[in-house]
Amino acid sequence: MSGVTMDRTPVAGSGAPQPSYSLRQPRLPRWTPAALAAAAVAAGTGIGLGAGLSSHMQWGLIAALLYVAAMYVLATRVEGRRQAKDRLATSLVWVCFVLAVVPLVSLVWETISRGVKVLDVDFLTHSMGGVLTIRPGGGVYHAIIGTLEQVGIATAIAAPLGLLTAIYLVEYGRGRLAKAVTFFVDVMTGIPSIVAGLFILSFWIIMLDNGYSGFAGSMALAILMVPVVVRSTEEMLKLVPNELREASLALGVPKWRTILKVVLPTAIGGIATGVMLAVARIAGETAPIVLLVFGSQVINNNPFDGAQSSLPYYIYEQWAAGNEASYDRAWAAALVLIAFVMILNLVARGIARWKAPQSSR
Amino acid sequence: MDITSATASPPPAPGAGPSPARQQGRAATRAGDRVFLALSRGSGILLLVIMAAIAVFLTVRAANALSQDHGNFFTAFEWNANANPPVFGIAVLAFGTIVSSLIAMAIAVPVAIGIALFITHYAPRKLATPLSYVIDLLAAVPSIVYGLWGALFLVPHLGGLYSWFNDYLGWTGILAYHDGAARSLFTIGILLAIMILPIVTSVSREVFRQAPRMHEEAALALGATRWEVIRLSVLPFGRSGVISASMLGLGRALGETMAVATVLSPSFTISTSLLDPGGGTFAQNIASSFKESGELGKDALIASGLVLFVLTLLVNGAARMIIARRKEYSA
Repeated sequence: MSGVTMDRTPVAGSGAPQPSYSLRQPRLPRWTPAALAAAAVAAGTGIGLGAGLSSHMQWGLIAALLYVAAMYVLATRVEGRRQAKDRLATSLVWVCFVLAVVPLVSLVWETISRGVKVLDVDFLTHSMGGVLTIRPGGGVYHAIIGTLEQVGIATAIAAPLGLLTAIYLVEYGRGRLAKAVTFFVDVMTGIPSIVAGLFILSFWIIMLDNGYSGFAGSMALAILMVPVVVRSTEEMLKLVPNELREASLALGVPKWRTILKVVLPTAIGGIATGVMLAVARIAGETAPIVLLVFGSQVINNNPFDGAQSSLPYYIYEQWAAGNEASYDRAWAAALVLIAFVMILNLVARGIARWKAPQSSR
Repeated sequence: MDITSATASPPPAPGAGPSPARQQGRAATRAGDRVFLALSRGSGILLLVIMAAIAVFLTVRAANALSQDHGNFFTAFEWNANANPPVFGIAVLAFGTIVSSLIAMAIAVPVAIGIALFITHYAPRKLATPLSYVIDLLAAVPSIVYGLWGALFLVPHLGGLYSWFNDYLGWTGILAYHDGAARSLFTIGILLAIMILPIVTSVSREVFRQAPRMHEEAALALGATRWEVIRLSVLPFGRSGVISASMLGLGRALGETMAVATVLSPSFTISTSLLDPGGGTFAQNIASSFKESGELGKDALIASGLVLFVLTLLVNGAARMIIARRKEYSA
């Protein structure tokens, strides 16, 4: 510990026989980082205003640089080199944290403040039929219908498929087939949504010569959803204690009834959470919808025939229209979509927390 | 699980899986079992079939497109599938995809490591739990909303920063910026960085959390500072995990469609400056030019999609292999 220094040389005039050594290193007071951060923000603002920099991002970047540099210099002078490095790492980590929070706050703030402008009951209950894009008015009803139907069908396909696959992997899976399935489920997780859309396009629309429809979009969404469901269900089934299975089998219950009546009920909370998180993920997918559902201005309740719209597609369409009225609608639809996804997320996490003690121990 | 094979009275038949002989022996009680096994194994096989079908269908359509391409598919700087003769090439798209993803990685990975360390080692506990929730929620925001935010909020705010870069670093050529909306590859990189931040963070966070407690305490007992503890015991332990996390993030960034399609102003040129608008990515090009495409145009887009598919397969496969190898070590 070369950093430990004699705190003060003994005061010459006191006449004390023994010099008083302190083993404590000189430290900066606890409030230094906070004070320095405030000073850096002030300096960044000052420089930004003084130099007439237009972008607030520059102000922030200058403030962050000043803070990190000042902290390092100060710590080197007072506390020594090792402590200064520690301080440097700490301040960098804090800067990273701020960097991550700023975009999120800005995104949520922009969406809410711009979204509430046109969001009202009319917006939720009307379609865009007969509304010029450059005029205010119109709504998202047709898009909400489309999203609910497409996501519903996708879930109806993907949830049983994913559940059964996970059961196979955990309860039966051994050997080469199970290994291959595990590997390809991992690979499927990384398939870009646009590639899933292209696959359904080449298979369902080009080869089988079907028209654009909500169902085509649902199939692509299901491909994106299955691996997520498999992964989360697998994790949950693995948490079910083996003693439960053994007890049931020892009583002579056939394996399939053991799985249905013992294993699945134990893990059902976690499985539901996984499915809902997967639903939340696909509800915001736009790319397959662009390729397969084609978009529509009017209400189409039949997902199996004809073009539909969906919330994410609606946002894209209104953004592409490129005028103030349509931007307002895009933000409002974004707010609806985020609210939908966030509620699904929170409910899913709520279920996970509520069910957790029973399934994990 | 194990108990079933233990209860089987005849010697286990060679080969994996439940032996058919055993099931026939108790056909009366095992009928349900056989149906159930068939169902669950069938869905596993169905997944494999889907994966194979994706590869096969994309390849067939792509082969059809390539046979009619009058330019070089890999080097042509053009995308005119409707022209006569049709010419299209992926050079610009490949460049844009890779460059924007690399920029995203360069920004996101250090920040994500920082946040992961913040959550596991620095933050007061009261802040750490809500923060990891917030990061997870960041992952749930749909990409089109990021795109909208990027196009209507981020782009207008980046112009000032870019002219600043241009003033001081414009001589490099790479960071030169001429006026115009900042709808460039670099902006895409920033946006993608924000989008892949959550996944890189959450995987690294899990890895850092698993770092052996004993090592950390030993280092602390020797008088190490917090940074030295992290450098000596946490980072070496987490290195492979962080690498695979960044590859997963890279896979996401490569395939991101809507955020890029809304923000980028595309062009079929490669410019030396990353800040000037122009360029394109595979996914963006598919989404933006789909509606104007005829029969051959769609096939050409599918061909470019196949390239993207292979690219993400390679990246994700590599990430998974690193994770799997790490599991063997730490098990």
